[in-house]
Amino acid sequence: MIEIKEISKSFNGRQILKGVSTTFETGHVNLVIGGSGSGKTVLMKSMVGLVEIDGGEIWYDEKIFSNLERKERKPFRQEIGMVFQGGALFDSLNVEKNVMFPLNMFTKMSLEEKRERVHFCLKRVNLVNVEKLTPSELSGGMKKRVAIARAIAPSPKYLFCDEPNSGLDPQTSIVIDNLIKEITEEFNITTIVNTHDMNSVLEIGDKILYVHKGEKWWEGTIEDILKTDNKELNDFIFASKLAKNIKKTGLI
Amino acid sequence: MKDLIIKPEKFSIYWKQLIRELDNFGYGSLGIVALTSVFMGAVITIQTVYNLVNPLVPLSAVGIVARDSIILEFSPTMMSLVLAGKIGSSIASEIGTMRVTEQIDALEIMGINSSAYLVLPKILAAMFIFPFVVLISMFLGIAGGWIAGVLAGVVSSADYVKGIQDSFVPFNIVFALIKTITFAYIITTVSAYHGYHTEGGALEVGQSSTSAVVYSSILILIFDYLLTQLILT
Repeated sequence: MIEIKEISKSFNGRQILKGVSTTFETGHVNLVIGGSGSGKTVLMKSMVGLVEIDGGEIWYDEKIFSNLERKERKPFRQEIGMVFQGGALFDSLNVEKNVMFPLNMFTKMSLEEKRERVHFCLKRVNLVNVEKLTPSELSGGMKKRVAIARAIAPSPKYLFCDEPNSGLDPQTSIVIDNLIKEITEEFNITTIVNTHDMNSVLEIGDKILYVHKGEKWWEGTIEDILKTDNKELNDFIFASKLAKNIKKTGLI
Repeated sequence: MKDLIIKPEKFSIYWKQLIRELDNFGYGSLGIVALTSVFMGAVITIQTVYNLVNPLVPLSAVGIVARDSIILEFSPTMMSLVLAGKIGSSIASEIGTMRVTEQIDALEIMGINSSAYLVLPKILAAMFIFPFVVLISMFLGIAGGWIAGVLAGVVSSADYVKGIQDSFVPFNIVFALIKTITFAYIITTVSAYHGYHTEGGALEVGQSSTSAVVYSSILILIFDYLLTQLILT
């Protein structure tokens, strides 16, 4: 479980996060949604410590993460996996070495054990015979899957995904969404996904946090979202004519 | 800078990085260094002969001038400027691209000190391998001068060889290597700094690469003067 309390962050005098508080449950896919510039990426980067917060607290399973020095955060970091928007695979390494990288750095596994783990993770994200390919030889969807494989390789307790569907076609997006959902439940991970893909919201969102203008505007479940009369959230979720009609006719 | 001096997460990984950079900086630079050095030596020799109009000055002076110019200035400084262009831009663009594509963030998330992991092996590799590259450059520059002088018929082989052996000061080599190690440090740290602090996209990576070369070159020239003043006078 991850708990954030009254997180605030400003850049050059402009307040991006204004006292956001919430709890992300273990074994669930927690979605953070919001328009571009709403502050959701800053919120995620704050939670993993890539951005230092100005105020508030971040707790990982009742252990405080914020306020810690870089060195003290190391044990936490090795329990965190992150899938970046563009995959962030290391260009100089092939797929196998990319997935093996965190294992090389922080485990004492033998090469054979590491290879086995890499193959297991790649198989888990439905990739076979790609070990020797370099990131430049992969499609967008494959890059995301390799990034997921790399993130889960050291068996993290917390998985962060920053817009995992951006730049993907709708079918591949669904594949990635389902993969995140399955992995979360299978390994009992606390997963937090930043997205503005409404398919993801409707398909995999166990809990949804809507961030608007740097504030927590709304939070609830998929059932709640369909009934809510929150204007900003409705405008955001049901922005297209098709979505409005679906909501009106109650076909979801 | 203080982030660079840490206990490595895993020594074997840093060692592999170091070997990769040694190969990259050393073997990868030999072509351009050899080409530049041979032609530099050839031009120095021919121009010295061309300017040597006093019949009282023996032709062996051509060898002395070529040797001292190459050892004291051309090999350490010129080669470092060439390497600033080749290696400096490569370091800045490699690290800059990693920054804008979030690869550095990925390292940080894993709990790896990204600046130490990416920069420290480069600094150590350059400070170790550049002196060897410059020694090769000195040899090739002097050899280039000999080939050009003899082929053009402006100086005899005996005169040139006599010149390069005359009043040789071994400390000049030490001085050149001190300069080279200083320049290696400048090139890698300045370039890595520009790459590491890149923000934006492809355009900014290009700008970082250019800045790395420009600032490295300026600092090399300034430190060339300072070290010469400090050590040789």
